[in-house]
Amino acid sequence: MKDKGKIIVGLVIFVVVLTFPFWYNHGVATQAPEPELTKKAKKADKCVEETAYMRKEHMQILDKWRDTVVRDGKRMYVNANGKEYMASLSNTCIDCHSNKEEFCDKCHDYASVEPYCWDCHTYPEEKE
Amino acid sequence: MGDLPKPDEMYESIDHTPPEEEWEKIESPITPGRYAYPAKDKNLSIMEFRTPGEWSPADEEWPLPENWQQIIHEGFKERLEKYRSLKIFMDTCVRCGACADKCHYFIGTGDPKNMPVVRAELLRSIYRNDFTTAGKILKKLSGGRELTKEVIKEWFAYFYQCSECRRCSVFCPYGIDTAEVTMMGRELLNLLGLNINWIMEPVANCFRTGNHLGIQPQAFKEIVEFLCDDIEEITGIKINPTFNRKGAEILFITPSGDYFADPGTYTFMGYLMLFEALGLDYTLSTYASEGGNFGLFTSSDAMKKLNSKMYAEAKRLGVKWILGGECGHMWRVINQYMDTMNGPADFLEVPKSPITGTVFNNASSTKMVHITEFTADLIRHNKLKLDPSRNDKFKVTYHDSCNPARAMGLLEEPRYVINNVCNYFYEMPENTIREQTFCCGSGSGLNTEEVMDLRLRGGLPRANAVKHVHEKYGVNMLACICAIDRAAFPPLMEYWVPEVGTTGIHELVANALVMDGEKERTTDLRFEPLKEEEDEADEG
Amino acid sequence: MNVSYLYSLLAVIILGLIAYVGAAIGLESLFGIVIPYLAILAFLVGFVNKVLDWAKSPVPFRITTTCGQQKTLDWIKPSTIDNPTTTRGVIIRMLLEILLFRSLFRNTRVEFKGEKVSYKWVIWLWLFAIMFHYSFFVVVIRHLRFFVEPTPFFVNALETVDGMLQLGLPGLFISGATLLGATTLLLLRRILLPKMNYISRAADYFPLFLIIGIALTGIMMRYFTKVDVVKIKELTMGLASFHPGIPEGGVSALFYVHLFFVSLLVAYIPFSKLMHMGGIFLSPTRNLANNNRMKRHINPWNPKVKIHTYDEYEEDFRDKMKDAGIPVEKE
Repeated sequence: MKDKGKIIVGLVIFVVVLTFPFWYNHGVATQAPEPELTKKAKKADKCVEETAYMRKEHMQILDKWRDTVVRDGKRMYVNANGKEYMASLSNTCIDCHSNKEEFCDKCHDYASVEPYCWDCHTYPEEKE
Repeated sequence: MGDLPKPDEMYESIDHTPPEEEWEKIESPITPGRYAYPAKDKNLSIMEFRTPGEWSPADEEWPLPENWQQIIHEGFKERLEKYRSLKIFMDTCVRCGACADKCHYFIGTGDPKNMPVVRAELLRSIYRNDFTTAGKILKKLSGGRELTKEVIKEWFAYFYQCSECRRCSVFCPYGIDTAEVTMMGRELLNLLGLNINWIMEPVANCFRTGNHLGIQPQAFKEIVEFLCDDIEEITGIKINPTFNRKGAEILFITPSGDYFADPGTYTFMGYLMLFEALGLDYTLSTYASEGGNFGLFTSSDAMKKLNSKMYAEAKRLGVKWILGGECGHMWRVINQYMDTMNGPADFLEVPKSPITGTVFNNASSTKMVHITEFTADLIRHNKLKLDPSRNDKFKVTYHDSCNPARAMGLLEEPRYVINNVCNYFYEMPENTIREQTFCCGSGSGLNTEEVMDLRLRGGLPRANAVKHVHEKYGVNMLACICAIDRAAFPPLMEYWVPEVGTTGIHELVANALVMDGEKERTTDLRFEPLKEEEDEADEG
Repeated sequence: MNVSYLYSLLAVIILGLIAYVGAAIGLESLFGIVIPYLAILAFLVGFVNKVLDWAKSPVPFRITTTCGQQKTLDWIKPSTIDNPTTTRGVIIRMLLEILLFRSLFRNTRVEFKGEKVSYKWVIWLWLFAIMFHYSFFVVVIRHLRFFVEPTPFFVNALETVDGMLQLGLPGLFISGATLLGATTLLLLRRILLPKMNYISRAADYFPLFLIIGIALTGIMMRYFTKVDVVKIKELTMGLASFHPGIPEGGVSALFYVHLFFVSLLVAYIPFSKLMHMGGIFLSPTRNLANNNRMKRHINPWNPKVKIHTYDEYEEDFRDKMKDAGIPVEKE
C-alpha cells in the first residue's frame, strides 16, 4: 500500500514526541537538589515547624502569614509546640535562610514553581 | 396496506425510550413487517452463493451449514484483512452516542438495535470476542460475546433494517460508516446463503438479462417504443432511439426502474425528449440496460460482476463516453467503485458535451457523467428552450438522495435544473436535506412490500419534512434523482402526506422543454392537463 | 436502568486501594518503577502494533463521506473542505476533524413535537468532548515538568497561561478543574441520559472513572494533602533518565495511587476504544479525497470475477434480438 510509508512516518513522529522526556534527558540522572542551610539555620536546627512539614507546607504558612499580618494586623505566629515567632518573611525566614539562590531557587527551579514572593518583597543582599 | 395502523396511530406509537433489558439479552429479533422474504435458491445459484433451500426467517431453526461458525469466523478474518475500514470501524467507536438518533429507522421504530452504534455493536461484539486480545481475556467485560445462532438471526434482522444511507457517518467523529459495517455483515450472511429475495432476484436478473427486472432485449425495446408513442401523442414528435448501436458518441445508461413503472417512466420519457431536442448522438444498450446495482447490497464481487457491463458495453459499442441517468446507489457505485473495480476506462475519452463543448474534467478518469451535471451545463449555456410555467401547477421540493449527497456531493446541479424548469421550488428544513438528507426508508434493497411497516417508519423523517413544506408552502410534488425513491415515495407519500406526488427531475425538464416542431402541449407527460383549474389545485 | 457503571467504579476503587496499600507496605518499587515501565512498554508496543495492523489492511475503495458540494462544473462552487478533491482539502478536513471535532459539532437531537419531527442543534457533547480532550492535553504537557530537567520553556509558558486566574495557593490550574469537570459531565451524560445509558458498558465507564481518579488524586496532592514535589520529581526523573529509584524518605501513598491509575490508563489505551486517538487519522470516510472520477483508485486485491459477457448474453437472446431489429454481433 502506498500509504504505509505515511503511516509509519506518522507513527515514528508519534513515538518520538511521546518519548520526549526519555531522549531529552540523555539518560542522565540529575541529582534532586537539596536546599542548602546557612550556618545560622543549621545552628537553629529547627525551623518554625518540622522539616518534613515545612517541605510540603511552607507556602501555606507564608500565605497565612501574609493574610494575618496584612489583613488582621496580627504579627505573631504560634507553632505546633506553642513557640512564638514573628510572622515575617523578611525578618524571620530570611534571617536564617539568607541564601535565596541556594535555599529557595534550587528546588523551585527544579520543580518549575515560580513563587510570587518577590513580586512585592525585595531580597536583601545575599550573605555567606 | 391492509393491516397497517393509521398514520397518526403509528406516529403516536413510536417510543424512543430504551427497554429495560440490555440489548444483548433481547431475543427473537424476527418481527413481522420488519423482515424480507429470503432469497430463492434459483437466484442464489446463478450468483454462485450457497443455496439453503426453502426457509423462512420466522422459522425456529435456520438452514445453516454444519460448519457455520467456522465459515463466519474465516469470512470475518478475510474481510478484516481486505478492508482497513472494517478494522478501524470495529476498533475506534467510543459509543459517544452522536449517531444514535440520526438513523431514520431508529427514529421511526424506536428499536434500540436500529441505533447505528448498536447495529455496529452486533458485529463488533463478535469481533472483540474472536479477534482482539482484550476480548479474549476480558470476555464480556470488554463488550465481547459468543457467536450463536441467535446472533446470526439478529444480524439478518438488523443488517436488513439498514439502508446503507450513511447519514450516521456524517455525524460520527471518526467517520464510522454503518453502510460499510452493514455491507460486511451482509457479505458474511451471504456466505451462509442467507439473503433476501428482493435483492438476490434483481442481482440474478441483472447478471443474466442486463437489468434488475429481467426485461429481455426485445421487451426493453418494445417498452421504449411504447413510451415514444406517448411522447408523440403529447408533443407530436416521433422519437426513434437506437439500441446497441455501434459508433454512437454516447452510451446512455439508466436504472431499469425508469422504464418499468411510473412515475419513473415519465423521467425516462424526459431523457428521451431532452436528447431528441439536442439531436444527441447516443444509444441505449440492452446488455447494459441497468444503471442500478443491487450487487452493492450483496457483496463487492456481485457489485463488480454487475457493474462490469457498463464499461464492457461502452467498449464493444465504441462510444466516447457514458451518460448516466437519475439513480441514487447507481452513482455511489459509479463514483466510488466502478473505476477501481472495472477500470481503467482508457478506451473512452474524457467526456465532452457535444452541445456546449464543456469538458467534464471531474469525470476524466471514470468517463461517466451524471445527467443533471449534463443538463445543468446545457441550461447554463442557454442551449435549452424552456418554459417553466408549464410546471406551474407543481409546488416542488427536492429530496437529496442519500448516495448522490453523501457519496458524491451532487447537491447544486439538481437544484439548478429545478430552479430553471420550475417557478415554484421550496427547500425542506436544513437538517433534512443535502448531506443531512434522510433516506426514503426503502434503500439498499428494502423496497419490498412485506417490509412495508419498516419502510413507512423509516420514511417518516423524510415524509414529515415533506409534510412541513406541504403545509407551509403548499408543496405538492417531491422531486428526486433516484429510481428507488421514485418507487418508494408514492406509497410513502400516500401514507403520510397523500397530497404530494413524486417526480424525477427530467420529467420536470421535459415538461418545460420547448422542442422544435412540437405541437402545442395541453398535457404534461402524465397526460394530465398542464394547468389545473384553480379551484381544484387549491386543496386542503 | 443499566448500572454497569458500578462495576467500573468498584474496579477503579479497588485498584486505587491496591496501590495505596501496596505503597504503604513497602511495594514502592513495584508501583513506582516496575509498573510504570511496564505500562509505557505496553502502550508503545501495543499502540505501534495496532496501527501497523491497521496499515496492513489495504483501503480497497475510496469511500469518502461527502458533506458538501462536489467539484464539477466551473461555475458551481465546490465545498473544498467538506468534499475535498485535493490533498490540501483533505488535510484541512482532517485537521478540523482532529483539532476541532467538526463532525461532532454538527450534532442534532431528534424531537417529536406534536405532529412535527424536529432536529435541534445540540453542542453539549461537542463542548464536553473539547473541554475534556484539551484540558487533558494541557495537563499532560504540564506534567513534563516532572520528567524533564530543566523544565522546557513551553511548559513554563503553559503553566503561566493555565494558572492565569491566580486563584488560591498553590495557584489553581484551570486545566485540572476542567478535566475533572468535563470527565464528570461525560460520565453523568452516560448515566443519566436513557439512550446513552442503554448503549454504555463497563468498557465505557472504566476509562472515565480511571481519569476521574487520576484528576482527583492529582488535585488532592496539589491543593489539599500536599506532597513533597521535589521528591516526586526525583522519582519521575529517575524513570525518565533510566536511573529509577525510590527517593529517600518516601513520598505520599496518594502519589502511588495517582501513578498507578496513570499506568493503568496508558497500558489500557492500545487494547480499548481509546485507540480512537490513532484511528481518527486512518478513517477512510474522512481521510480520502472525493476525486474518484478524476483519479483511479487502485484496489490491490481487485479480484477476477466471473462475468456474464456480451457474447454469452447474445447467445441467450440472439433470435429475439434479431426479430426485434436489435443489431447483433453474430448473424
